[in-house]
Amino acid sequence: MAKKLEKVDVVVVGSGWAGGIVSAELAKAGYKVVTLERGKKVDRADYIGVKDELRYTNRYEMMQNLAPETITSRVTMEDTALPVRTRKEMMAGTDLGGGSVHWAGATYRWRAYDFEIRSKTIERYGKNKIPEGMTIQDWGITYDEMEPYYDRWEKTAGISGEPDPLGDKRSSDYPNPPMKESPAVRLFKETTKKMGYHPYQVASANLSQAYTNPDGETLNACMFCSFCTQYGCDFSAKSDPLATVIPTAIKNNCEFRTNSLVRRVLHSGGKATGVMYTDTLTGEEFEQPADVVVLGAFSFTNNRLLMLSKIGQQYDPKTRKGTIGRNFNGQMNITFQGARGFFKEKKFNLYMGAGALGGTMSDFAGDNFDHTDLDFINGGGIEFRQYGHGAIATNNVPDDTPGWGPEFKKNSVFYANRYMRVWYTPAIMSWWHNYLDLDPTYKDEFGDPLLRVTNRYTDQDRNIAKFGVEKCTEIVKEMGADIVNPDSIPDEFDHIYDGGHYAGGVIMGADPATSAVNNYLQMWDMENLFVVGGSAFPQFAGHHPTATIGALGYRAAEGVEKYLKNGGQLVVSKQASFNA
Amino acid sequence: MTEPQQPETTQKGISRRNFMKNTGFLAGGLVGGSLFGGLLTNQLQKPETGTKNATHIVTEARTFFSRGEDFDILSAATERIFPKDDLGPGAIELGIPYFIDRQLTSEWGTNAKEYMQGPFPQTAAVDNYEKKDRDQSKQGPNADTQVPAPTPRYQTKMTRAEIFTEGIRAIEQTSQEKFKTKFKDLEPEQQDEILQLFDEGKAKMNGVNSNTFFNLLLQTTIEGAYADPVYGGNRNMDGWRMKEYPGPRMSYTADIDKDEFIVMKPESLRSYQGNEDEHGH
Repeated sequence: MAKKLEKVDVVVVGSGWAGGIVSAELAKAGYKVVTLERGKKVDRADYIGVKDELRYTNRYEMMQNLAPETITSRVTMEDTALPVRTRKEMMAGTDLGGGSVHWAGATYRWRAYDFEIRSKTIERYGKNKIPEGMTIQDWGITYDEMEPYYDRWEKTAGISGEPDPLGDKRSSDYPNPPMKESPAVRLFKETTKKMGYHPYQVASANLSQAYTNPDGETLNACMFCSFCTQYGCDFSAKSDPLATVIPTAIKNNCEFRTNSLVRRVLHSGGKATGVMYTDTLTGEEFEQPADVVVLGAFSFTNNRLLMLSKIGQQYDPKTRKGTIGRNFNGQMNITFQGARGFFKEKKFNLYMGAGALGGTMSDFAGDNFDHTDLDFINGGGIEFRQYGHGAIATNNVPDDTPGWGPEFKKNSVFYANRYMRVWYTPAIMSWWHNYLDLDPTYKDEFGDPLLRVTNRYTDQDRNIAKFGVEKCTEIVKEMGADIVNPDSIPDEFDHIYDGGHYAGGVIMGADPATSAVNNYLQMWDMENLFVVGGSAFPQFAGHHPTATIGALGYRAAEGVEKYLKNGGQLVVSKQASFNA
Repeated sequence: MTEPQQPETTQKGISRRNFMKNTGFLAGGLVGGSLFGGLLTNQLQKPETGTKNATHIVTEARTFFSRGEDFDILSAATERIFPKDDLGPGAIELGIPYFIDRQLTSEWGTNAKEYMQGPFPQTAAVDNYEKKDRDQSKQGPNADTQVPAPTPRYQTKMTRAEIFTEGIRAIEQTSQEKFKTKFKDLEPEQQDEILQLFDEGKAKMNGVNSNTFFNLLLQTTIEGAYADPVYGGNRNMDGWRMKEYPGPRMSYTADIDKDEFIVMKPESLRSYQGNEDEHGH
């Protein structure tokens, strides 16, 4: 029997960027907020002096323990889904700050085109450009409406960057100048500029200088120490929730309860009443009542909690009806393909770097180029990143080198600092056959069903990837590499979830028939339940997602506050016939 | 820094005869030839090679592989994957077999944080799946974090430690079937031939496809060459030295925009965390 706790104004599930921002903003507004995090309590001290590649990169120190729970995965509805069993295949962040602590820091706004993709595609190319079965949709909010939230998040995070020459209108510059240029980044930028493109420095959450954000939190300048992606920052120089919104929330009396695994959203009479959670250290069960429940966890968790709690209508691909689990999308093994260049004469200090140190260009992003004669829609960024190579990680050899033995050793040592990879980060469109539901066979440690992903590739995915590989190959050749190996395009999804860019299932929109939340991330079906994060993406844009999750966090916080003051649905749905 | 195999010499000046006397093995009359050979010689084969390596010697012992012969097969196999050459030491000199031995007792080796609930449909379809995309450089922010291993769909009930034990024995079995010789006594080319069968998933093995085991072996061999020396491989940081990798450093702010390639003397996690560097720097 769960122990019932005292009611609070808001209970937030998850403490990454999404949950962290909502917690901080509502605590600042004077509400009593409790934030529940399934992982353990960590702070900056946990990441000082632990630069250990094996532990963090190869043994996934900061990733969720899968022994109690994972997801299952399959390609088509006819397949039997199998569990994604290992942390090599399933990297979801855990502990206070969530996946937002181990992120690289690359920061992109999504494009005006992305937020109104269906309308704008039809407007420019006609209705037939969108194939039958592609379930992309407008977000119910425009870029111009999102812009202030992007701006706020960039200032909270202290993003260091220069504007994208092909980007949309900004109300202000990034709060900090771009990071230093390394010779390898310079080579990428100079080469692409010569080719007539518009390169610029990747906007970065690795700070270019010391900075105090509007909440009074101070971040330090990045040291280019290389231990960045998949690590917590040694120096408080990578903007993450531990350095920003969590301390802000705590100062404003938000209570963070760690080791607290939320298992159900409780509801009655069409309203959420709180959540039920288990203390993972003691096994005790608690009920936390609240006026508003915010799900701000990883998209898989947001989806599964709604399904286990029987909230909303489960999406059924056969009827194409229902909203929960609809439009699963994300960047898998068919994205981030490009070309690898090997330099015989040139050497670069590739062991130095930072998660978001890099050059990029948007010439083939979004709808910045004409798709009339192309067999796909949308696009992606072309990037070169200098993460700072680890010694275990750096075994890049030309394609004709054997995978082990004397020649492998020779080439992997020789090319350790003579290797560059340029990749394309294509958008991923949503399809009727890609969705989330509960698995019929596999269970978690409590006997509850695991979440099941059904996801397959289409010609859109293969064609856009092929296009990207061609463009990247031209660039790497032009950069002067002696050996250029284009990546091959995978035929099918490999069930590896190692990039964190998995989204959809509780998507935003204007029509309750095809979306679960309105543009304040408020559920159409339950007005005091807000579902925030990547789960709200109706499809995936051609750039990294974090800034958009940050912006949605601010948008949702505003919505919760409005709701706490006035109640009711905050947005009038576009379907007149709809009654909640 | 090879360690010569000297079965008749002993550690710390104690003769083999005295060792036997002291332990009472002979007096009890229980020691048969095979027991003697299997148990005692293995423990007596690694002489100390000087003060510089003293700390490595006391931390190097098998804590996973109970049979010395299994460990010898592992050592020989890793040496073929990462051989000694004019660039620098190979797997054995780098301590990689000991690194692997230790990893197999870790939470990684015992699959402590992996989802291990059934059913386990390790089917032909799954096996084939594991063989895809061998050479593909992986995508995303973690692009280069794995050796060119497969895209593994782990669907076996066996832990990594169990896969290793089965795999090592399967190497020996294959060697006997093909060459009627112990794997560790084969010519290097013959050893490669055996390993190739595992790499291609063509060797016989219990529980999983032999390719699954081979990829684990390959992955851990590379990890052992380049992980921080605290884990028992990358001895003397020689793996890092070969790659001109400096180890964990505080900052590259002053050098990140420099054009020339900078070679730094490697430093380990031990010195980064503020402990005295083993070389006194």
